Amino acid sequence: MELLPENQQEFFRSKAAAIAHPRELVIDALRAVQSHHGWVPDEGVTLVAALLGILPIEVEEVATFYDKIFRRPVGKRVIHVCDSICCWTREGEAIFAYLQEKLGIAPGETTADGVFTLLPTCCLGACGDAPAMMIGLTTYGPLTPQRVDEILAQVRAEVSA
Amino acid sequence: MSPRISEYPQVLFKNRVPGETVLIDGYRTTGGYTALEKAFKELDPATIRDQAKRANLRGRGGAGFPTGIKWSFFPADQPGKKYLVCNCDEMEPGTYKDRELLRADPHQLIEGVIISAFALQTPVAYIFIRYAFEDCAANLDRAVAEATAAGYLGKNILGSGFDCEIHVHRSAGRYILGEETALLNGLEGKRPNPRSKPPFPAVRGLFGQPTTVNNVETLANVPHIINHGAEWYKGLARTLEGAGTKLFGLSGHLERTACFELPVGIPLREVVEEVGGGVRGGRTFKACLPGGASTPYLTAAQLDTPLDFEPLEAVGSRFGTAGVTVFDDTTCMVAATLNLIRFFARESCGWCTPCRDGLPVVAWLLNKIESGKATFDDIDMLKDQFRNISGRSFCALAEGAMGPVAGLLNHFEQELADHVIKGRCPLKKK
Repeated sequence: MELLPENQQEFFRSKAAAIAHPRELVIDALRAVQSHHGWVPDEGVTLVAALLGILPIEVEEVATFYDKIFRRPVGKRVIHVCDSICCWTREGEAIFAYLQEKLGIAPGETTADGVFTLLPTCCLGACGDAPAMMIGLTTYGPLTPQRVDEILAQVRAEVSA
Repeated sequence: MSPRISEYPQVLFKNRVPGETVLIDGYRTTGGYTALEKAFKELDPATIRDQAKRANLRGRGGAGFPTGIKWSFFPADQPGKKYLVCNCDEMEPGTYKDRELLRADPHQLIEGVIISAFALQTPVAYIFIRYAFEDCAANLDRAVAEATAAGYLGKNILGSGFDCEIHVHRSAGRYILGEETALLNGLEGKRPNPRSKPPFPAVRGLFGQPTTVNNVETLANVPHIINHGAEWYKGLARTLEGAGTKLFGLSGHLERTACFELPVGIPLREVVEEVGGGVRGGRTFKACLPGGASTPYLTAAQLDTPLDFEPLEAVGSRFGTAGVTVFDDTTCMVAATLNLIRFFARESCGWCTPCRDGLPVVAWLLNKIESGKATFDDIDMLKDQFRNISGRSFCALAEGAMGPVAGLLNHFEQELADHVIKGRCPLKKK
């Protein structure tokens, strides 16, 4: 699978050439690769380094720091379930357990059909809507098992469309 | 009898309609960008900086440092590159006020950034925004485009000769980026461990140039101070020393868990009982985090404390970000603290030993106590860890992590002991 379309590669190459500190684009470029390819393989790291004219290690030390940059394959949609204090006070643990049961996977695993990867995350800034989760870049809350079912069905439909 | 929620003065949330975002036309209808016109046409940068100081505006990101003092350290008149950075990493559990502000009325931040950039003479500003806030980032992109089209951003703003550009930087996770020097490394595309201070960002910040880092809510207050004056701003608070309103994010065991704009100095009891609608299900208030995950617990004995910087320090806690998380009488405070410490341990950047190794030991001890397998030696060891981590970490992360541990040791020592004596969590149903 292609890492990044040629027009986007050209966008980063020309932007890097036009600014004083091309390295500041490293997160943007990693996120672009991830958005297109699903995750960032080693080749994605070397591509970003080449586009920005920096060393692969300078990209790797950033890529491995952030928990929202995936250096291993993930499903088509990553579910981040908040396990911080506000969700904890409002049955967040039960929702996380329900998701594991419903999807038949443990945290860190991907469903057999490759649609969902389930991960814990720290506070999503949705404390008033606890318990909360984020799928892709969309936040959902307050969650109940029934609401989780509806959201999973809706996202599955979007993915297969 | 305290006023109803609708009677609290609304400044930052005056345009807020749930589920909607105010665009530039709506923003201008209620006086948006009049402060910017005033600043550029009638005021000089030093006067604006002085206004912030006289208004006693204090940083809304958690530390509460006076904004005017921070700005007075900034070499605004020094030639060369300088930067203003807005911190919207907002990742402290219990804190979601900046998101609510940017969802409702993003132009307030844009206007605040432009006026502040003019005051500090920084032609380039960055807004650093966390991964989970894509909704806010999209609102900001749109607001930047609208402000540029209206002539409030770009070259020679309103004929003043001052240029300003705003970059919206989308991040990719990790709580440590809220620490201002880690954030600067993040913006530069480097591994975002915190930097050693000094030099402070005002001397050597982004790309080695003088930089000021301010929180979203702090900067959003600036246009209102310019429009209505320092005395008006101070008068918004309930306490004499306090100033302004504050966005409070309510969460936990309350009937109403939402974000409200309330006067600085409002008593905790009023927030819990009136604004929050009381403890959920008619239960009893046991404790709360008054200002986010790093602030020591308050108990029912402290319900009459005015929520402002000094009064909260006087009772051993902090105002922080005013994210109030309430716990009812069924909550085990050891379990709550364990949850908080696990967050901090996982979010440690690993740079220094007290944080990288100390926090997992604290989590291990709390887990041992919570599961009923601890002895009194373990409680002593918890106290030792608290002493050894406090004040010894490279940045404020581990220091903040010790906030709830301090609250646990100060207010709930008997609850800790009960876990040891009973050999189980006394609050968990058998």
